Amino acid sequence: MNDIRKIERDVNMANTKISARSVDVFYGETHAIRNVSVDIADRTVTAFIGPSGCGKSTFLRCLNRMNDTIETCRVTGDIELDGRDINARSVDAVQLRAQVGMVFQKPNPFPKSIYDNVAYGPKIHGMARNKAELDEIVEKALRRGAIWDEVKDRLHAPGTGLSGGQQQRLCIARAVATEPEVLLMDEPCSALDPIATAQVEELIDELRQDYAVVIVTHSMQQAARVSQKTAFFHLGDLVEYDDTDRIFTNPRDQRTESYITGRIG
Amino acid sequence: MTDVTNRPPGRTPNRASELVAASLKRRHAKQARLKWLGMGAIGIAFLMLFILVGSLVSTGWQAFTQTHVTLDVYVDPDEIEAEDLPRGDFDDVLVDSLASMLPEVGTEDRATARSVAGILSNGAQFMLRDLVVANPSLIGETITMTVPVSDPYDQLNKGLIERATPEALRRVKDNEIAWFDTLAEQGAVSKPFNWALFTNADSRFPELAGLKGALVGSFWALLVCFLISFPLGIGAAIYLEEFAPKNKLSDFIEVNINNLAAVPSVVFGLLALAVFINWFGLPRSVPFVGGLTLALMTMPTIIIATRAALKAVPPSIREAAMGLGASRQQVVFQHVLPPAMPGILTGTIIGLAQALGETAPLLLIGMNAFITSAASGPFDSATALPTQIFIWADSPERGFVSRTSAAILVLLGFLVAMNAVAIFLRQKFQRKW
Ligand SMILES: Nc1ncnc2c1ncn2[C@@H]1O[C@H](COP(=O)(O)OP(=O)(O)OP(=O)(O)O)[C@@H](O)[C@H]1O
Ligand SMILES: [Mg+2]
Repeated sequence: MNDIRKIERDVNMANTKISARSVDVFYGETHAIRNVSVDIADRTVTAFIGPSGCGKSTFLRCLNRMNDTIETCRVTGDIELDGRDINARSVDAVQLRAQVGMVFQKPNPFPKSIYDNVAYGPKIHGMARNKAELDEIVEKALRRGAIWDEVKDRLHAPGTGLSGGQQQRLCIARAVATEPEVLLMDEPCSALDPIATAQVEELIDELRQDYAVVIVTHSMQQAARVSQKTAFFHLGDLVEYDDTDRIFTNPRDQRTESYITGRIG
Repeated sequence: MTDVTNRPPGRTPNRASELVAASLKRRHAKQARLKWLGMGAIGIAFLMLFILVGSLVSTGWQAFTQTHVTLDVYVDPDEIEAEDLPRGDFDDVLVDSLASMLPEVGTEDRATARSVAGILSNGAQFMLRDLVVANPSLIGETITMTVPVSDPYDQLNKGLIERATPEALRRVKDNEIAWFDTLAEQGAVSKPFNWALFTNADSRFPELAGLKGALVGSFWALLVCFLISFPLGIGAAIYLEEFAPKNKLSDFIEVNINNLAAVPSVVFGLLALAVFINWFGLPRSVPFVGGLTLALMTMPTIIIATRAALKAVPPSIREAAMGLGASRQQVVFQHVLPPAMPGILTGTIIGLAQALGETAPLLLIGMNAFITSAASGPFDSATALPTQIFIWADSPERGFVSRTSAAILVLLGFLVAMNAVAIFLRQKFQRKW
């Protein structure tokens, strides 16, 4: 069993989706990310783990240039998506973010109906030719977000009226509706119950067939369950990046071991 | 207290809860004091409002009615000729019909005739003339018409001229009072609602003066003000808040906009006089220039309100939209503006309400001229509501005292209506999500 998975993983590693080299991030004077280099493989789930405040979200947000929107934030280093520098002048952040979707740490549905929340991305990118197609996209996305059954009777109720966990799944549905090539998920399950968590993990596994998924999580079990590669961050440094199995069974760095076994963080 | 006494036996005393219990009384007292202070403040504010509105109503209500007298007028062909209508002696015809109702009065004596004529408003002859001009076949007929009486008789009828005051100090003499009473006994005197207050423009005669000119002037001025300040204000605010880089320059601009909002309105009037009228050569006294001037003052208010409303939209919504690949412009127009709209509209309407009541800048650009017809467009000379109030407050005739209060009540009515619209719009927009 383990061997089969290993082989599968080796095949996947053949192509790199995102390649980051010597990335540094500053918030004003604060040096939040130090010299991080990482290759994120296509058709793979990569988990970012590490203690709170170590820079997981910050690094994740570099990958779709969300840090551009923060006035004080400065990013240096190279990040390439399919071999193209995402910070190059020729790359439009709008285009990039359509390719690299994101689920944020805090659920942030639009103050619009559930339907409009999900339909918004496909609408602005012109993904549906008519209402029927749009309906189809919305339903599919809500099903993938594991929330269809709960909202199918009130698609036109406001998205902000859902519970916190439902809002988070709505945000996941919204992100997958635009069919991104890479999906960045910042603690998508922190507000979910075990059943919804299992559903989201199933979705992540399914998305892996076509996309690259990067997930930030505080749950070691979750990282072990869903990811093939794991990166451990500590105080802005990328301490260790390796196959998930290896990180959890045989970490090379002392800090990784301490964190996984619950001694720091 | 009960928490402390009912503590389960055997548990160590909880220090925190005892401290809380000890401080509870003090805290409650503080809260009660604050509540009373707040209610007192509201009470005082309401009392002031009540006194203001009460005093306006007590003087102003009289202006909402106007004493009229009903006459049977014989349109005498000797006095009024179909060929020469404009020169017809309509005044004499009216005096004759009035005199016929007062038994002991003859109109041979010029002085008596003039005092009888004084019962009627100066406008009565023109009303009769308009009737006859519209329908010349009335010549030779007897028509019944109801015309306003002149201001002193209106005051007398409303009890504002005391009959007890000595004759020498009274504007209406004893014999004139007797005439009026005779008319009243015959049931010719009535006091209907004063429509002229809304359908007439300004006049030298209080009984004919109305607010139409001022209402129309204010309407055009506000329309121009809105059309200029709303798009410019919102545009400037969106640029400053969503697109402009945050640096020294934008800080400088922000400070100056805030300063602009605090500049006394008379300064804007002087600026408008210098720039719009003297430099650009725009005409004086016209609502268009008034609107431009008011727009200068309203714009900072709208910019500040809009920026506050945009700031209040949580950044997580912008992030969500941007994360989906929405462009900056899409984020602003599809996600930030809609929830900010109630705040923007409230700010705008408050700004416009301020502009509606603004007097000083309009005085400086000459919108306090004496104009007896309503403007037909923004480039016609006109007054505005506040300047009309100013003009009337300055007029010596007694009748203008109550009319000034009435005009203020009308202005307040418009302000209340505008604020009601603001509240309505706010709730309508809020219900959307
Ligand atoms: N907008 C910001 N402005 C200034 N500093 C920031 C900002 N966002 C994050 N930081 C700082 O950058 C560092 C990394 O933050 P980040 O949000 O990436 O942590 P994290 O690993 O995602 O933590 P958590 O697990 O709690 O979400 C922290 O020290 C934080 O204080
Ligand atoms: Mg985080």
